[in-house]
Amino acid sequence: MAGQTLYDKLWTQHLVTSRDDGSALIYIDRHLLHEVTSPQAFEGLRLAGRKPWRRDANLATPDHNVPTTLKERSAGNAGILDDVSRIQVETLDSNCESFDIEEFRINDERQGIVHVVGPEQGATLPGMTVVCGDSHTATHGAFAALSHGIGTSEVEHVLATQCLIAQKMKNMQVRVEGELGLGVTAKDIVLAVIGRIGTAGGTGYAIEFAGSAIRDLSMEGRMTICNMAIEAGARVGLVAVDDNTIEYLRGRPYAPSDAQWPAAVEAWRELVSDADAPFDKVVELDAADIEPQVTWGTSPEMVVNVSANVPDPAAAEDETVGRGMTRALEYMGLEAGQKITDITLDKIFIGSCTNSRIEDLREAAKVARGRKVADGIQLAMVVPGSGLVKRLAEAEGLDKIFIEAGFEWREPGCSMCLAMNADKLGAGERCASTSNRNFEGRQGYGGRTHLVSPAMAAAAAIEGHFVDVRDYDYAPSDALSA
Amino acid sequence: MKKFERLQGLVAPLDRANVDTDLIIPKQFLKSIKRTGFGPNLFDELRYLDEGYPGQDASQRPLNPEFVLNRPRYQGAEVLLARRNFGCGSSREHAPWALDDFGFRAVIAPSFADIFYNNSFKNGILLIPLAEETVERLFQETEANEGYRLDIDLAKQRVITSSGEEIPFDVDPFRKHCLLEGLDDIGLTLEQGGAIAEFESRHRAAQPWLFRDV
Ligand code: SF4
Repeated sequence: MAGQTLYDKLWTQHLVTSRDDGSALIYIDRHLLHEVTSPQAFEGLRLAGRKPWRRDANLATPDHNVPTTLKERSAGNAGILDDVSRIQVETLDSNCESFDIEEFRINDERQGIVHVVGPEQGATLPGMTVVCGDSHTATHGAFAALSHGIGTSEVEHVLATQCLIAQKMKNMQVRVEGELGLGVTAKDIVLAVIGRIGTAGGTGYAIEFAGSAIRDLSMEGRMTICNMAIEAGARVGLVAVDDNTIEYLRGRPYAPSDAQWPAAVEAWRELVSDADAPFDKVVELDAADIEPQVTWGTSPEMVVNVSANVPDPAAAEDETVGRGMTRALEYMGLEAGQKITDITLDKIFIGSCTNSRIEDLREAAKVARGRKVADGIQLAMVVPGSGLVKRLAEAEGLDKIFIEAGFEWREPGCSMCLAMNADKLGAGERCASTSNRNFEGRQGYGGRTHLVSPAMAAAAAIEGHFVDVRDYDYAPSDALSA
Repeated sequence: MKKFERLQGLVAPLDRANVDTDLIIPKQFLKSIKRTGFGPNLFDELRYLDEGYPGQDASQRPLNPEFVLNRPRYQGAEVLLARRNFGCGSSREHAPWALDDFGFRAVIAPSFADIFYNNSFKNGILLIPLAEETVERLFQETEANEGYRLDIDLAKQRVITSSGEEIPFDVDPFRKHCLLEGLDDIGLTLEQGGAIAEFESRHRAAQPWLFRDV
């Protein structure tokens, strides 16, 4: 018998029943909730007189609507000035209270972006199924957990039944071999992958990221990559378990107890694809070829090397693509042929569930240290992914580096990743952002988003335009402690 | 859930690939804690010339006359014709809620994003993937003929054009069944509560650390 992929193993371990028509019921181990996609689900439960099947599988935190400025934040929910946003957060609080679900509230130090909080708490474990009403749930796949985003009806379904009706996906392996150049990061890998296979390239697949370049990444880097699997159309991104995975989890609050630990580790070691496992599709990249990436358009697949020029729609593969490119250039206020490094910025956003973990902040701080944000930049902000990331960064002195350089150091939340709170771009404003989506209006009505890595965003803040962080006097990894 | 059996609906063409869920319903409207009322903000940034925010009176806002759904000939459309990778991006179910609230019952496109696909079926909206060439032809026919309608027969899995041409389409049998019967899948799943409980106790015995109290 042919071997099994990691995805096949996780699927089989959670299969409750399968139907002849190909759909199946799979068991859900962890359900993460936030304020935006849960209110209608709780309402549905209440109307049907149902209760959560297993309350301890659920963990909630508000993240999308929370203010990131200290003044508003210190007032708790009352500091959320927009009434509609405040009601949404209050609704989460009251739903969690009445259904007895653990919640890290707005000013709990453990609060943060749900995809930062889960792993940080050890609430995301290898071998779990993890779902959340949020497409970036793929992030948790970095721990060899079968994780994906669901809609609100499915949130209600999971609450009520601890299961999901699902269909098995196909297997894709994205293999990245070799060593990344200095200044090239996980974010550049995943943007390069999306550039290669397109935003629909992974539709219907679970993508396993493999190869020596992935093995060499920290857990933070792997989370960045799995986070953006959905931007390639794949609901699921996965990385096999190795020592990094296990070490990251040791001692986390919800990780297995000391007594359970050895058996857990033994089970986790099995969570790798068998050597002879067949994949439906394999994509290979050479890490050494990957340059820092910058998106130029309104879809993450509209991405080029920092050394490149803005592409020409006339050279597009077909008419639909060409029209899309023309529309994107118009929206972005760019000309075909323009050098990427000539693009000047108005705002800089370092944050989001893609790049707001401690390692991301360290990378950005290395670039910012001892330098100043360019005069042309109206706002450069750093938003840590959780209260605990913030505390750790402050203990390392990163906050001071950013503040001295002219960045704003904010409170944790989704912030300008999708601009549901007060942090947003004005019409026509251009932003270098470490988030995951550059869709029209994503960071504010008429706002223009370029997706980049934290180091590239910090360098753009210092220069006022994009620069190749590799040409930049980029400090080696130990420079911070020097 | 709303049933879907057969629909003879006016078709509106949205000639744009990779329509993402931010475009279908911008984030400021996701702050609502209700499931209804999203129709006036469907495609908000394309439909209106000003910036939308929750609680506005949509009838007072300046419409973008260029936008296809604002053209008189497409008023009352129930079938949306779209390009590849429709519904990509976020998991927001507000996207199908907005399509539904606006009056769309079916979307035809060469391909759909996965989460959007699931969400739509759960709200009684039928998504029909057809070959790129077929979709192209339907675009031409819709634009050439004012009042162009398509007849969609879910039981037979056929789209029938006004000239009588029958175009077969794929739909997964379980979703088809739920849509034809208007079934609530939570109720269906709970019928298997015994199997779930049994699975759960085996799973707990094998991997007790997955059940650590949060
Ligand atoms: S940071 Fe952005 S992408 Fe991540 S969960 Fe928040 S809004 Fe969604």
